[in-house]
Amino acid sequence: MFPQFGRMQAIVVEALTKRYRAALAVDGISFSVGTGETVGLLGGNGAGKTTTIAMLLGLLVPTSGQIHLLGHDMSRDRFAALARVNFSSPYVALPHRLTVAENLRVYCHLYNVRQVDRRIAELADELDLHDFLHRPAGQLSAGQKTRVALAKSLINRPELLLLDEPTASLDPDTGDIVRTWLERYRAESGCSILLASHNMDEVSRLCGTVLMMKQGRIVDRGTPGELLARYNRDDLEDVFLDIARARTAPVEYGDTEVQAALEEP
Amino acid sequence: MSLTQPAVLSPALSRNAPGLDMVASLRRVWGLMYRHLTLFRRSWPRLLDLAYWPVLQMVIWGFTSRFFAARLGNHGAVTIGMLLGGVLLWETALRSHLGFAVTFMEEIWSRNLGHIFVSPLRPWELLMALLGMSVVRMLLGVVPAMVLAFLIYHFNILSVGPVVVLFALNLMMMGWWIALGCISLILSQGGGAESLVWSMLIGLAPLACVYYPVSVLPHWLQMVALALPAAHVFEGLRAAIGSGVILWGHLAWAAALNLVWLTAAMLLFMQQFYAARRNGALMNIGE
Repeated sequence: MFPQFGRMQAIVVEALTKRYRAALAVDGISFSVGTGETVGLLGGNGAGKTTTIAMLLGLLVPTSGQIHLLGHDMSRDRFAALARVNFSSPYVALPHRLTVAENLRVYCHLYNVRQVDRRIAELADELDLHDFLHRPAGQLSAGQKTRVALAKSLINRPELLLLDEPTASLDPDTGDIVRTWLERYRAESGCSILLASHNMDEVSRLCGTVLMMKQGRIVDRGTPGELLARYNRDDLEDVFLDIARARTAPVEYGDTEVQAALEEP
Repeated sequence: MSLTQPAVLSPALSRNAPGLDMVASLRRVWGLMYRHLTLFRRSWPRLLDLAYWPVLQMVIWGFTSRFFAARLGNHGAVTIGMLLGGVLLWETALRSHLGFAVTFMEEIWSRNLGHIFVSPLRPWELLMALLGMSVVRMLLGVVPAMVLAFLIYHFNILSVGPVVVLFALNLMMMGWWIALGCISLILSQGGGAESLVWSMLIGLAPLACVYYPVSVLPHWLQMVALALPAAHVFEGLRAAIGSGVILWGHLAWAAALNLVWLTAAMLLFMQQFYAARRNGALMNIGE
């Protein structure tokens, strides 16, 4: 346990590795996410972003390495952490035949949220769900589904939110609404967010720190501005392409940040 | 109140004190059960499907037993009792098994496992919810068949006595551990193993000796049959209906075997659940 991180760090990952037989999906990555910080995981398909998030959520057991969420060691105390964390991904569905309200009710129970009706009403107000609150989840548009998925991910007012491509398959307008809403939520709640995305604009806009992943490793990291300066580019997408196509030799990033945090008295 | 207020300030949420952990557990179990019960409330075909097969079995075996009973004279009523009692209790095992396993498979089909397993729901709470739904599904299937047996064939399984509850409990337990074995297989082998869920318990019917005594089997097969709790239960049922004798020895064997098999199935499930978390199966199960 790292008690100091309970107050200071929402996520501490150290030397995290996931190996599937011969394939190395995640290769000894280390990073931390501070309280109230939004960190982006950026990388191409197969870079290891989803695998990393799955390990953070306890859905996947790491081959080696350590994960602490909100001060809880995920190898020993994951259920205590999961009660304070939530997750959203367009690739994980909610039961289609249940209405939006019924789905939210189920998750209120799973996260032990009291005053269920009141909580559903709050979420319906904030995310403007009233028009389809009593419609089956399977009959919603992509934008409506995203709002419902966000409502589900906020059901327990998480202190840490893990988002896997939250605006994938959304039109620009709906995507912008979701991003604006996430910005507001983070600012008002002080929640920490780890965001995996392919969308460079989204990452530039939302994230204070960006972790660039390639072939299971974090090959660079910094604020969007630092990365642009380091690669001498105007656009994060060009930085992404430089790294993906190895046009500029990436700086192999060490564990200094995490080590410094660990050694902190 | 703002949606974004910190959780600690919200009366709509609360973090449990340690003493309230059990309440939180029960709420999570109920949450999962509510998700499935809601489907039944909305869909009458789902409800009909639960009762359809047990009722059909009852009708077919009812008339068959009447036909045999007419030729057996004085032993007719006993024959009807043994056959219809066998049908009802076997359906109890079958519906418990399917209720447990299908509830889990519905989570796979709706691609909802990714949300469930990243919530604070413990594996044992998942099993309790599956068990609860298994009981609900079994009752919705078997009770209509019981009523039908009484109305058409004047057979009341409850007239066998309170011991029938022990028979049913043992068969339900057998349904659960076989379902747990099937779920473990799905976790291990993926969606391809789903088809086994439908046939696994039916495949054990010849060894369960539902309609004939264990002594009918070849000697070597009798040993195998007696490793199943069902064979002991149906021996007990025939004795209770035929001569009014309760064979407590068979009931004790059934309960002991169930405990052994259930423990083994739970260990297998926990092992396969961990293996699925290790090899990533929970992320893409059903594909």
